[in-house]
Amino acid sequence: MAAKKKKQVTLHVPSAPFRPGDKASFAPFENEPGDLSRPDPANCTASETTDHAYGLVRVLDFEGNASGPWNPDLTPDELREGLEHMVRMRIFDDRMMKMQRTGKLSFYMRSYGEEAVAIAQTMALETQDWIFPTYRQPGAQFVRGRDMVSMINHCIGNEEDNVKGRQMPVHYTYREGRFISVSSPVGTQFSQAVGVAMASQYKALDECCITWIGDGSSAEGDYHYALNFASVFKPPVILNIVNNQWAISTHANLASGNPTFAARGLAYNVPSMRVDGNDFLALYAVTKWARERAAAGEGATHIEVLTYRAGAHSSSDDPSRYRPGDEHEAWPGGDPVDRLVQHLVTIGEWSEEQQKELEERVDGEVMAAYKEAVTYGDLANGPYPSADTIFTEVYDEVPWHLQEQWDEMKKWSVD
Amino acid sequence: MPEMNIVQAVNSALDIMLEKDPDVIFFGEDAGYFGGVFRTSDGLQEKHGTHRVFDTPLSEGGIAAIAFGMGINGLRPVAEIQFADYIFPAYDQIVNEIAKVRHRSGGEFWCPLTIRTPAGGGIRGGHHHSQSPESQFTHTSGINVVYTSTPYNSKGLLISAIESNDPVVVFEPKRCYRGPFYGDPHNVPTWKDHSEAEVPEAHYTVPLGEARLAMEGTDCTVISWGAMVHVSEQAIKDSGVSCDLIDLQTLVPWDKDAIVKSIEKTGRCVIVHEAPKTSGFGAEMAASVQERCFYHLEAPIERVTGWDTPFPHTTEWDYMPSPARIADAIKKTMEE
Repeated sequence: MAAKKKKQVTLHVPSAPFRPGDKASFAPFENEPGDLSRPDPANCTASETTDHAYGLVRVLDFEGNASGPWNPDLTPDELREGLEHMVRMRIFDDRMMKMQRTGKLSFYMRSYGEEAVAIAQTMALETQDWIFPTYRQPGAQFVRGRDMVSMINHCIGNEEDNVKGRQMPVHYTYREGRFISVSSPVGTQFSQAVGVAMASQYKALDECCITWIGDGSSAEGDYHYALNFASVFKPPVILNIVNNQWAISTHANLASGNPTFAARGLAYNVPSMRVDGNDFLALYAVTKWARERAAAGEGATHIEVLTYRAGAHSSSDDPSRYRPGDEHEAWPGGDPVDRLVQHLVTIGEWSEEQQKELEERVDGEVMAAYKEAVTYGDLANGPYPSADTIFTEVYDEVPWHLQEQWDEMKKWSVD
Repeated sequence: MPEMNIVQAVNSALDIMLEKDPDVIFFGEDAGYFGGVFRTSDGLQEKHGTHRVFDTPLSEGGIAAIAFGMGINGLRPVAEIQFADYIFPAYDQIVNEIAKVRHRSGGEFWCPLTIRTPAGGGIRGGHHHSQSPESQFTHTSGINVVYTSTPYNSKGLLISAIESNDPVVVFEPKRCYRGPFYGDPHNVPTWKDHSEAEVPEAHYTVPLGEARLAMEGTDCTVISWGAMVHVSEQAIKDSGVSCDLIDLQTLVPWDKDAIVKSIEKTGRCVIVHEAPKTSGFGAEMAASVQERCFYHLEAPIERVTGWDTPFPHTTEWDYMPSPARIADAIKKTMEE
C-alpha cells in the first residue's frame, strides 16, 4: 500500500551559517575561565563530565589573564617554548606554501589558526607517548625535536625524504618521535590509536596514545569504532575531535546533528571535555588531565577541541568560494598565537620586541633549512628518490613477481 | 555542437537527468554548495535545490548505504565518492548489499543507483589519490562497471548509468578531466579541437556494454579503458603498427562482439590498464580472448599495466604505463 504524502515534502539539509557575501558573526563563548571544575582524574565518571562536554573549558580570558582550576601553572620558560613552536609552525607553513606555488612540492596543508592543538597537547604528554596524527598536527614533531630540514625533504619529495617520495607532502612519518605515519584516508587513525593504546595496556607500559580526528571525519565509522572499543577495553588513549568548523567546504553542522561533538562521548560512557582550542593553557591542562587518567588506569578520554580552520583546507582549495573571506576574524576564540603572546606580555614575561626578534630568528632558521633541503632536490627539479623505491618495502622481502616487474621497470625508467 | 571537457560533460549529464526525472538526486562530500572538489556539480544545487543536490557527512559507507535505501524506496540516487581511493568504507555496502539485493530478495527489491568517482593517477596524488580500483568491483556480480575516457562517453555513459535499473559504478579518469593525457606529463593539452569533446547539449546515451573503436587498423588489437586509452593511442602512433584501439568503456558487461570481431581480424592482442597487473581486469580480458579467439591468435597476448605495488608520488611516471612500454609490447606481438 502506498503511503500518503505528508505536508513536509522537502529533505532537511543543513546549511552553513555563513556563505560568501554574508557578514559572519558568532555568539561569544558561554563559559568563562573558572566556570568548570577540574574533577579528580583518578576517579571520574563520564556523567561527572556532562557540564564539561556541553560547556567549554577555558583558562585564558581575552585580556591575557589565566585563572580557574584548570590553570596548569606552566613556567614562563614552558610558555615561551610553546610560543616558539607555534611561531615556527606558522612561519614554516608560510614558507612551504610559497614553495608549493613555485612547484617545488605538489601540495600543501597549513595548520594556520590551529597551531596550539598539536603543540600544547604534545607538550602535555610524556616523551614515550605515541602520537597518531592527522595532516593538521605536524607541529607535534617540533615538540619532539624533529629537524626542519628532514621535514622539508619529505614535503619536496627529494632524495633525502625518509619516506622515499612515496607519500604526498605533509604525510610525515617520524618513528624516532613516536609520531606515526600520516595517511590520507581520513579518520582511519582514530580507531587504530585505540589499538596502539591496547598494546601499551597489554604490555603494562606507562605510555599512552593521543590521536585526533576532524569534525568532518568524525562522521566516518572509524570514529565510532574508536569510542566503542575505548569504552569497552579502557585503554590509555586520548581521543580528540578537532572541531575547526570546516571539512573542505562542508560545515560542521553537516558532520553531526549535535552541536557539541564532545557530548557524543558521554553516550559511550567515556569522560568527555570540550575545550577552547585556541587557548594554549586550557588545551595543555585538559590533555594533562587525560594523561593522568590514562596513567591511573582509568582508560580513555574524549576531547572536543573547539577551533577554527583559519586557512584553506589545502593548497588545492579556495575557501572564499564557500565562506566569507574574513570569517576567521570573527571567530570568538581569536588567534592562538596572539592569545599566548598577550598572556606572556600580561604576566610581564614577554614584549613586542621579543616577539619580533623571535619571529625574525625563526624565519632565519626556516629559510636556512629550506636552502639546505633544496640542495638535495625538489619535486620541480629533482633529483628524486630512485624509481627502485617503488618496489622496496612493499613486503618484508621482495617476492618473485615483484622482482620480475622491477627488472622490467628498469628497462623503461624515466629517472 | 558545443565543446566540453569531462567536468562539463558530467555536469551536463547530471543537470539533464535532474531536470528530466524528479526521482534523481545527487549528493556527496563537498558536492552540493561547492559543486565538488573537481567542480563536476558546479551550479547544480542552485539550479535544482538543496533537497536534490546536497552535501553529505564525510562517510562513504553512509553515502552508499543511504543511496541503497533511497534506491529501494523508489528514488534514482547518484552519489559521488570524492576519490576512488576513498570508496572502500563503502565497499561492504556495494558488494554485500547494493550488488545483491535484487537477487537475494527474489526480485522484490532493486536498487537503481549510480556511484560516480574520479579514479586513476597522473596528478601527483600519491597512493591515496591515484588508484584505479575497477577490478575490485568487476569481481562482484550484480553491479555494472563503467570507466569513461572522453567528454562524449562520460556524458553518454553517465546518463545510461542513471537510467539503468541496476546499480552502476562509474569511474572517471581524473587526469583527463580537463584534457586528454598522452603519457607525457610535460605536455598538457586541453580537450579543444578533440573530436570526442564535441558533446551534444541535449540528452543522449552511450549504451552500457558497448565498446568504442577509437582507432581502426589491421594487425593488432589494443584494448584499454580510462586515461590509458589516450596513452595507447600515442603508443600506436609511435609503434608504426596498424592497430584497432578498443576503448572498452563498460567493463561489466564488456563488449564481447567488438573484441572477438577485432581479434579475429588482427590476430594479436595487447591489453593496457594503469591498475596493478595481478587480478587486474586485463587478466579477465586475456583469459576471455584466449577462450574465444585462440585459433585466431598469432602471438601471445601482452599486458601492459601498473606494477603490483602501491602507487608512488614522486616517481609516478615510472609506475604508469608509458607510450614506450605499450609500443614495445605491440611490436613484440608483431615479431611472431
